[in-house]
Amino acid sequence: MIVPTEWVLMLSAVLFAIGVVGVLVRRNVIVIFMAIELMLNAVNLSFVALARSRGAVDGQVVVFFVMTVAAAEAAVGLAIIIASFRNRTTVNADELALLRG
Amino acid sequence: MGMGAALFLVLAVLTVVSALGVVLHPNPVKSALALIVTLFLLAVVFVLLEAHMIAALQIIVYAGAIMVLFLFVIMLLNLQSEDPERGRRRFVLRGLAWAGGVLLAVELALLTRGAPVGRPGAAPEGYGTAQSVAQSLFTDFLLPFELTSILLLVAVVGAVVLAQKQRRPTIS
Repeated sequence: MIVPTEWVLMLSAVLFAIGVVGVLVRRNVIVIFMAIELMLNAVNLSFVALARSRGAVDGQVVVFFVMTVAAAEAAVGLAIIIASFRNRTTVNADELALLRG
Repeated sequence: MGMGAALFLVLAVLTVVSALGVVLHPNPVKSALALIVTLFLLAVVFVLLEAHMIAALQIIVYAGAIMVLFLFVIMLLNLQSEDPERGRRRFVLRGLAWAGGVLLAVELALLTRGAPVGRPGAAPEGYGTAQSVAQSLFTDFLLPFELTSILLLVAVVGAVVLAQKQRRPTIS
């Protein structure tokens, strides 16, 4: 089945922008984290689309690596969230302002 | 318009709607569920793009493992819905963020219009199967693949160290 590559890239652009807005407007750290996952997926989508248009599988291998890094990032990030929740009993990004000068 | 293109349009609309659900829903559990739906829909798009192996990985790794981790943490922390914060300043900031997001989407979409991507022809035989992806992974990308295992090991150790209870240093 043939899908025009430009359409897929546009969907990817829209998903990425939604992820950016999610990071900006939400205050729950976990939801911000999910918005980041959404952005990673948008980029994966454009990798797959461009691999398809070139007829090479290299782009799909890169997606494989992005998934691995995302898994590692999720594990470490959620551990950090749990640790900070234990100390501050909040996951609100506005209240986690320890580094503010 | 071919069948693939029509199917893609339907999937694209559903994906954008569920992605907006992730960002807009005040309850973090519902946000996570919307993200799972988004990931499944993206897996279907991957199948449309002949990336069968990646589609399977997307469901197993993302929708399976990573999202279960998210839901687990949300339940562990017993999170409630975000109360919608009132206030003029917050409202203005929120509006600015949305305007910036729309601008970013339009700009990225415009950037792709001039790209020499063309219309893909028929995929080569066996394209996107586990065999062809593995062939590339274990020859051209062998070094990054091995480095990835180290990265995962570091992540596992880091997560265990971060999540364990803080121990008081003992005086010997």
